[in-house]
Amino acid sequence: MKKKILAAVMAATMALALTACSGGSTEPAAEGEATEATEAPAADGAGDASGDAASGDLITVGIINNDPSESGYRTANDADLKAMFTAENGYDAKFAYSLKNDEQITAAQQFITEGVNYLLLSAADTAGWDGVLQSAKDAGVKVILFDRVVDADESLYEASIVSDMEAEGQRAVDWLLGQEKEGGLKVVHIQGHMGSAAQQGRSGALDAAAEEGKLEIVEQQTADWSTETAMEIVQQVINAGKEFNVIYAENDGMAQGAVEALDAAGITHGVDGDVIIMGFDCNKWALKEVLAGRWNYDGQCNPFQASYIDEVIKTLESGGTIEEKTIILEEKGFDAETITEADIEQYGIGSEEAE
Amino acid sequence: MANASGTKERSKFLSVLIKIITNQMFIPIAAILILTIVNLVADPSFFAVRYGTNTEGAKLFAGNPVDILNNGTALALLAIGMTFVTAASGGQDISVGATMAIAAGVIIKIVSGSNTTSSTYAHPLIVAVLVALLAGILCGLFNGVLVSFLNIQPMVATLVLFTAGRSIAGWITGNLSYKFSAPSFKAFGQTFPGVPIPTPIIISIICFIILALIFKFTTLGLYVQAVGINENSARLNGLNPIAIKLSSYIILGVCVAIAAFVTVARTGTFISSTFVKDIEMDAILAVALGGNALSGGKFNLTASIIGAYVIQYLKTTLTALGINAVALPAYKAVVIIILVIISTPSARAWFVRQWQAIAKKFQKVEAKEVA
Repeated sequence: MKKKILAAVMAATMALALTACSGGSTEPAAEGEATEATEAPAADGAGDASGDAASGDLITVGIINNDPSESGYRTANDADLKAMFTAENGYDAKFAYSLKNDEQITAAQQFITEGVNYLLLSAADTAGWDGVLQSAKDAGVKVILFDRVVDADESLYEASIVSDMEAEGQRAVDWLLGQEKEGGLKVVHIQGHMGSAAQQGRSGALDAAAEEGKLEIVEQQTADWSTETAMEIVQQVINAGKEFNVIYAENDGMAQGAVEALDAAGITHGVDGDVIIMGFDCNKWALKEVLAGRWNYDGQCNPFQASYIDEVIKTLESGGTIEEKTIILEEKGFDAETITEADIEQYGIGSEEAE
Repeated sequence: MANASGTKERSKFLSVLIKIITNQMFIPIAAILILTIVNLVADPSFFAVRYGTNTEGAKLFAGNPVDILNNGTALALLAIGMTFVTAASGGQDISVGATMAIAAGVIIKIVSGSNTTSSTYAHPLIVAVLVALLAGILCGLFNGVLVSFLNIQPMVATLVLFTAGRSIAGWITGNLSYKFSAPSFKAFGQTFPGVPIPTPIIISIICFIILALIFKFTTLGLYVQAVGINENSARLNGLNPIAIKLSSYIILGVCVAIAAFVTVARTGTFISSTFVKDIEMDAILAVALGGNALSGGKFNLTASIIGAYVIQYLKTTLTALGINAVALPAYKAVVIIILVIISTPSARAWFVRQWQAIAKKFQKVEAKEVA
């Protein structure tokens, strides 16, 4: 008996703690439901009356995304989607978040049962989606994949809007090969979480260039996206007396960690410095470092996919077809020589100091 | 006659040896010696200490030995708190990484205000640090209440914050990547102008001194040990096990907040998802390497602290040896398994038995010779 009470109390505490902290992410979802409650009946009624969505009706979309807490990238991605799929833009959007594939599949099935017009999906995992996508097709729900691909037949979805990680790496490496350093390019390569798509894409191009002898990799270590670990790695490279003139870090945080280690050792970096600093992700603070000339390059991984999705939906709604199902997001690399304040404003993630 | 005294000396030598091996400090110190030998063989320049200049022109010490002490600060601080928690409650707090993220998130959010990129204080640093301390203590209290009042297994109780902590930190910082670059902020993680020693090392020394004073002038250590060994007899002797356990979690909370401050000030950047990822496992490991029983009771703080630096030393050594990044965790795991196995009390008892057997054999042989 005592044990039972204890278990109940424990479960209650856990539940309380969990709801207390996920407040941030449940709030927007609740908002979504609220709009659904007020807007959906009207939309449904109109839809029943006039059949297909006519002008003035809201297009219902079910959006399944990874949890925004995953990264700054995901937060920006989610905010972008929320800003696009509003009643003003003619949408009635419902959101579901999970980092787990099975929970995402359950959410997808629910959206299909509710009969949304479009299902937008950023899958946690590539496998296991055939069945759900087939039932979506049978129910007449159009599927658009964004950000991540799934292992499913192309006929099961309308379009797939993705980043080309290989191209991101290639763009950065092409830029790097255009730089000149005395004695050739000697790169300290700080990798992200091994096996992640971003790591593979960004490492791939650099490894290939090294194999072709266009540059030399003096150190290659994973810092697992961690700023502190990146700093420790560069400290050791310095301590070991290795010669290098490029830091190629696969995200902004790790590049900053490397910079701190260089600063402490009195090694200059950036446009007028000895070491070229390269990062990825385009956080606003990182772009400001590039603008200030303390870094040389920052590669973008574009989280702003909503406008592409919107365009696809508009095309389909007006009776058009999507010829090329895989749509590659336009992405940029920012160079300290050419970056502008406007770029930071437009492409940077986060908010900057009002000066 | 000469033989007999030789035997005596030899058995004396063996008994001293047994004493050394069975000492709790033996494993962490032996680990340091082995790592040092490995590095000396591989590349003696590993130990070079430079007196260099940073980009601002300030003089400071650098080199692997300094970096190990510097980078190991957070882990050493966590090891202190973790040792208390382990000793008093017979379990470990697996939420320290997540609660460190909360405390660091609080600090960066308060100093940066609403901007993710900033170099001027939105609020004074002291406010940020005090609120972070409060956050650390609250997290400690939360875990402590679950463990001491509700008698929940520490690992299960702290699973709550382990799971939720990073989400809380993400909620505080809006899941964004922050960079705060005021020089007076980064000085706490790097160096103060004119002081050639990295600030984290100074902070850790101050903490060790405070700790030593606490042990000298209070009976906290004894009480924690008493509760850890036998809660009921401690209660019968007039101690309050609940209060002692709770205070051990609060001490850990304070350690977490200081460690978070030092770590976030090191680079001035913060993102909740990767900040000190997996540090909780290293903190528990430091306690185990220090030869402390993970089931609670007797403990040795110095051994835990040395254990923490051993882990940092090991990491640095493996990277210096140029071990492939992908294989690094595997190597670390192998070394750690060996260290943990030899540092368990039962393994040490086995070693002692082996030594005694050898000693006996020697005595027999000598006795025969004498005869």
